[in-house]
Amino acid sequence: MWIYEKKLQYPVRVSKCDPRMARFLLEQYGGADGELSAALRYLNQRYTIPDKVVGLLNDIGTEEFAHLEMIATMVYKLTKDATPEQLEAAGLGPHFVNHDKALFYENAGGSPWTATYIQAKGDPIADLFEDIAAEEKARATYQWLIDYTDDVDIQDSLKFLREREIVHSMRFKEAVEILKAEQGKKKVF
Amino acid sequence: MYDGQWREWKPYVSPWDPCPPIRVKSYVVAPNLFIPFQPPNLPQFSLDEALSRGTLWPALYSPYPSRREWKGG
Repeated sequence: MWIYEKKLQYPVRVSKCDPRMARFLLEQYGGADGELSAALRYLNQRYTIPDKVVGLLNDIGTEEFAHLEMIATMVYKLTKDATPEQLEAAGLGPHFVNHDKALFYENAGGSPWTATYIQAKGDPIADLFEDIAAEEKARATYQWLIDYTDDVDIQDSLKFLREREIVHSMRFKEAVEILKAEQGKKKVF
Repeated sequence: MYDGQWREWKPYVSPWDPCPPIRVKSYVVAPNLFIPFQPPNLPQFSLDEALSRGTLWPALYSPYPSRREWKGG
Protein backbone atom coordinates (compact mmCIF):
# COMPACT_ATOMS: atom_id res chain seq x y z
CA MET A 1 0.00 0.00 0.00
CA TRP A 2 1.27 3.42 -0.90
CA ILE A 3 0.14 6.95 -0.20
CA TYR A 4 0.63 9.28 -3.16
CA GLU A 5 1.58 12.92 -2.85
CA LYS A 6 0.67 14.82 -5.98
CA LYS A 7 3.99 16.61 -6.32
CA LEU A 8 7.54 15.83 -7.36
CA GLN A 9 10.22 14.88 -4.85
CA TYR A 10 12.37 17.73 -6.14
CA PRO A 11 11.38 20.48 -8.60
CA VAL A 12 12.01 19.85 -12.29
CA ARG A 13 12.65 22.95 -14.38
CA VAL A 14 13.61 22.65 -18.03
CA SER A 15 14.71 25.92 -19.63
CA LYS A 16 16.25 24.93 -22.95
CA CYS A 17 14.18 23.61 -25.86
CA ASP A 18 16.37 20.58 -26.54
CA PRO A 19 14.47 17.41 -27.60
CA ARG A 20 17.85 15.71 -28.11
CA MET A 21 18.31 15.67 -24.35
CA ALA A 22 15.00 13.78 -24.02
CA ARG A 23 16.52 10.85 -25.83
CA PHE A 24 19.56 10.79 -23.56
CA LEU A 25 17.36 11.04 -20.46
CA LEU A 26 15.51 7.88 -21.52
CA GLU A 27 18.58 5.96 -20.32
CA GLN A 28 17.51 6.75 -16.76
CA TYR A 29 13.85 6.04 -17.57
CA GLY A 30 13.92 2.61 -19.17
CA GLY A 31 17.63 1.74 -19.20
CA ALA A 32 19.41 -1.07 -17.39
CA ASP A 33 20.59 1.20 -14.57
CA GLY A 34 17.55 3.48 -14.72
CA GLU A 35 14.96 4.33 -12.11
CA LEU A 36 12.40 1.74 -13.26
CA SER A 37 14.97 -1.04 -12.91
CA ALA A 38 15.96 0.29 -9.51
CA ALA A 39 12.44 0.52 -8.13
CA LEU A 40 11.39 -2.92 -9.36
CA ARG A 41 14.66 -4.53 -8.26
CA TYR A 42 14.50 -3.30 -4.66
CA LEU A 43 10.78 -3.73 -4.12
CA ASN A 44 10.99 -7.30 -5.42
CA GLN A 45 14.03 -8.26 -3.36
CA ARG A 46 12.25 -7.13 -0.16
CA TYR A 47 10.38 -10.38 0.31
CA THR A 48 13.32 -12.70 0.69
CA ILE A 49 15.81 -10.52 2.53
CA PRO A 50 16.33 -10.60 6.33
CA ASP A 51 13.84 -8.52 8.34
CA LYS A 52 16.47 -6.04 9.47
CA VAL A 53 16.88 -4.59 5.97
CA VAL A 54 13.40 -5.04 4.46
CA GLY A 55 12.44 -1.49 5.46
CA LEU A 56 15.49 -0.09 3.69
CA LEU A 57 14.62 -1.79 0.40
CA ASN A 58 11.02 -0.65 0.82
CA ASP A 59 11.94 3.00 1.37
CA ILE A 60 14.59 3.23 -1.32
CA GLY A 61 12.45 1.32 -3.85
CA THR A 62 9.63 3.76 -3.21
CA GLU A 63 11.94 6.74 -3.62
CA GLU A 64 13.09 5.37 -6.98
CA PHE A 65 9.52 5.72 -8.24
CA ALA A 66 9.63 9.37 -7.20
CA HIS A 67 12.82 9.72 -9.27
CA LEU A 68 11.12 7.96 -12.20
CA GLU A 69 8.42 10.63 -12.13
CA MET A 70 11.04 13.38 -12.24
CA ILE A 71 12.72 11.85 -15.30
CA ALA A 72 9.33 11.38 -16.96
CA THR A 73 8.55 15.05 -16.36
CA MET A 74 11.81 16.11 -18.01
CA VAL A 75 11.26 13.88 -21.05
CA TYR A 76 7.65 15.00 -21.43
CA LYS A 77 8.53 18.69 -21.20
CA LEU A 78 11.23 18.25 -23.85
CA THR A 79 9.07 16.34 -26.35
CA LYS A 80 5.47 17.49 -25.92
CA ASP A 81 5.77 20.49 -28.23
CA ALA A 82 8.10 19.02 -30.84
CA THR A 83 7.03 18.42 -34.44
CA PRO A 84 7.75 15.05 -36.09
CA GLU A 85 10.64 16.76 -37.92
CA GLN A 86 12.15 18.00 -34.66
CA LEU A 87 11.84 14.59 -33.04
CA GLU A 88 13.52 13.03 -36.03
CA ALA A 89 16.35 15.57 -35.83
CA ALA A 90 16.71 14.65 -32.15
CA GLY A 91 17.25 11.01 -33.07
CA LEU A 92 13.76 10.09 -31.87
CA GLY A 93 12.42 9.10 -35.32
CA PRO A 94 12.26 5.38 -34.43
CA HIS A 95 10.54 6.30 -31.16
CA PHE A 96 8.03 8.50 -33.00
CA VAL A 97 6.89 5.83 -35.45
CA ASN A 98 6.18 3.42 -32.63
CA HIS A 99 4.97 5.69 -29.82
CA ASP A 100 4.29 9.17 -31.24
CA LYS A 101 5.08 11.42 -28.26
CA ALA A 102 4.12 8.87 -25.65
CA LEU A 103 6.78 8.04 -23.11
CA PHE A 104 7.98 4.48 -23.21
CA TYR A 105 10.30 2.36 -21.07
CA GLU A 106 13.29 2.11 -23.33
CA ASN A 107 16.91 3.18 -23.10
CA ALA A 108 18.68 5.95 -25.01
CA GLY A 109 19.47 3.49 -27.79
CA GLY A 110 15.80 2.56 -28.16
CA SER A 111 15.93 -0.93 -26.63
CA PRO A 112 12.80 -1.64 -24.60
CA TRP A 113 13.10 -2.25 -20.86
CA THR A 114 13.50 -5.91 -19.92
CA ALA A 115 13.40 -7.80 -16.62
CA THR A 116 16.79 -9.24 -17.52
CA TYR A 117 18.16 -5.89 -16.34
CA ILE A 118 17.44 -6.88 -12.74
CA GLN A 119 18.13 -9.84 -10.55
CA ALA A 120 16.81 -11.37 -7.34
CA LYS A 121 19.28 -14.04 -6.32
CA GLY A 122 17.71 -14.93 -3.00
CA ASP A 123 21.10 -14.51 -1.37
CA PRO A 124 21.04 -11.35 0.75
CA ILE A 125 24.70 -10.48 0.24
CA ALA A 126 24.54 -11.04 -3.53
CA ASP A 127 21.35 -8.98 -3.78
CA LEU A 128 22.71 -6.08 -1.73
CA PHE A 129 25.96 -6.00 -3.71
CA GLU A 130 23.91 -5.82 -6.92
CA ASP A 131 21.99 -2.92 -5.39
CA ILE A 132 25.20 -1.10 -4.47
CA ALA A 133 26.54 -1.61 -8.00
CA ALA A 134 23.25 -0.36 -9.48
CA GLU A 135 23.43 2.85 -7.44
CA GLU A 136 27.01 3.49 -8.53
CA LYS A 137 26.14 2.85 -12.19
CA ALA A 138 23.15 5.18 -11.95
CA ARG A 139 25.39 7.83 -10.36
CA ALA A 140 27.76 7.53 -13.32
CA THR A 141 24.88 7.81 -15.82
CA TYR A 142 23.70 11.00 -14.09
CA GLN A 143 27.21 12.38 -14.40
CA TRP A 144 27.30 11.79 -18.13
CA LEU A 145 23.83 13.30 -18.49
CA ILE A 146 24.95 16.41 -16.59
CA ASP A 147 27.94 16.57 -18.96
CA TYR A 148 25.67 16.36 -22.02
CA THR A 149 23.45 19.37 -21.31
CA ASP A 150 24.20 23.04 -20.76
CA ASP A 151 20.73 23.73 -19.33
CA VAL A 152 21.59 24.72 -15.76
CA ASP A 153 18.05 24.07 -14.54
CA ILE A 154 17.94 20.48 -15.77
CA GLN A 155 21.48 20.06 -14.41
CA ASP A 156 20.17 21.13 -11.01
CA SER A 157 17.53 18.37 -10.93
CA LEU A 158 20.04 15.82 -12.24
CA LYS A 159 22.56 16.79 -9.56
CA PHE A 160 19.92 16.15 -6.91
CA LEU A 161 19.20 12.71 -8.38
CA ARG A 162 22.93 11.93 -8.58
CA GLU A 163 23.36 12.81 -4.91
CA ARG A 164 20.52 10.46 -3.95
CA GLU A 165 22.37 7.61 -5.67
CA ILE A 166 25.35 8.27 -3.43
CA VAL A 167 23.18 8.24 -0.31
CA HIS A 168 21.39 5.05 -1.39
CA SER A 169 24.69 3.30 -2.06
CA MET A 170 25.85 4.24 1.45
CA ARG A 171 22.65 2.86 3.00
CA PHE A 172 22.97 -0.42 1.07
CA LYS A 173 26.58 -0.75 2.23
CA GLU A 174 25.38 -0.28 5.81
CA ALA A 175 22.80 -3.01 5.20
CA VAL A 176 25.63 -5.37 4.27
CA GLU A 177 27.40 -4.45 7.51
CA ILE A 178 24.21 -5.15 9.48
CA LEU A 179 23.92 -8.59 7.87
CA LYS A 180 27.57 -9.36 8.62
CA ALA A 181 26.32 -8.91 12.19
CA GLU A 182 29.25 -10.15 14.16
CA GLN A 183 31.36 -7.09 13.52
CA GLY A 184 32.03 -4.95 16.58
CA LYS A 185 30.50 -7.43 18.98
CA LYS A 186 33.87 -8.52 20.33
CA LYS A 187 32.88 -12.15 20.02
CA VAL A 188 35.68 -14.57 20.69
CA PHE A 189 35.61 -17.66 18.52
CA MET B 1 -12.22 19.36 -39.12
CA TYR B 2 -12.01 16.53 -41.66
CA ASP B 3 -15.58 15.23 -41.59
CA GLY B 4 -15.86 15.36 -37.82
CA GLN B 5 -13.37 12.51 -37.40
CA TRP B 6 -11.05 14.50 -35.18
CA ARG B 7 -11.31 15.37 -31.51
CA GLU B 8 -9.35 18.14 -29.88
CA TRP B 9 -8.13 18.67 -26.36
CA LYS B 10 -6.09 21.30 -24.59
CA PRO B 11 -3.18 19.91 -22.59
CA TYR B 12 -1.82 21.82 -19.62
CA VAL B 13 0.62 24.50 -20.71
CA SER B 14 3.15 25.60 -18.11
CA PRO B 15 4.57 29.12 -18.03
CA TRP B 16 7.94 27.34 -17.73
CA ASP B 17 7.70 25.10 -20.80
CA PRO B 18 11.07 25.03 -22.60
CA CYS B 19 9.61 24.89 -26.13
CA PRO B 20 6.86 27.02 -27.77
CA PRO B 21 3.68 25.23 -26.66
CA ILE B 22 1.25 23.33 -28.87
CA ARG B 23 -1.97 24.49 -27.22
CA VAL B 24 -4.44 22.17 -28.94
CA LYS B 25 -3.79 18.47 -29.51
CA SER B 26 -5.98 16.16 -31.54
CA TYR B 27 -6.69 12.52 -32.17
CA VAL B 28 -8.71 10.54 -34.72
CA VAL B 29 -11.99 8.79 -34.08
CA ALA B 30 -12.35 6.76 -37.27
CA PRO B 31 -15.86 5.96 -38.58
CA ASN B 32 -15.70 2.22 -37.78
CA LEU B 33 -15.84 3.28 -34.13
CA PHE B 34 -19.43 4.45 -34.64
CA ILE B 35 -20.76 1.48 -36.65
CA PRO B 36 -21.31 -1.45 -34.26
CA PHE B 37 -22.38 -3.76 -37.10
CA GLN B 38 -22.25 -2.66 -40.73
CA PRO B 39 -25.80 -2.49 -42.15
CA PRO B 40 -26.39 -3.86 -45.64
CA ASN B 41 -26.82 -1.69 -48.74
CA LEU B 42 -24.73 1.29 -47.70
CA PRO B 43 -23.97 3.79 -50.49
CA GLN B 44 -20.84 2.87 -52.47
CA PHE B 45 -18.01 4.69 -54.22
CA SER B 46 -17.50 4.04 -57.92
CA LEU B 47 -15.20 1.04 -58.38
CA ASP B 48 -12.26 3.21 -59.50
CA GLU B 49 -12.66 5.50 -56.53
CA ALA B 50 -13.07 2.58 -54.16
CA LEU B 51 -9.81 1.06 -55.39
CA SER B 52 -7.87 4.24 -54.79
CA ARG B 53 -9.47 5.04 -51.42
CA GLY B 54 -9.18 1.57 -49.96
CA THR B 55 -12.86 1.14 -49.17
CA LEU B 56 -16.05 0.57 -51.10
CA TRP B 57 -18.11 2.62 -48.66
CA PRO B 58 -17.94 6.35 -47.98
CA ALA B 59 -19.27 5.54 -44.49
CA LEU B 60 -15.95 3.82 -43.68
CA TYR B 61 -13.66 6.31 -45.38
CA SER B 62 -11.19 8.05 -43.07
CA PRO B 63 -8.85 10.65 -44.55
CA TYR B 64 -5.55 11.22 -42.76
CA PRO B 65 -3.67 14.41 -43.58
CA SER B 66 0.04 14.26 -42.74
CA ARG B 67 1.00 16.18 -39.64
CA ARG B 68 3.96 17.45 -41.59
CA GLU B 69 1.51 19.63 -43.48
CA TRP B 70 -0.68 20.96 -40.69
CA LYS B 71 1.48 21.55 -37.65
CA GLY B 72 -0.03 20.28 -34.50
CA GLY B 73 -0.02 17.68 -31.79
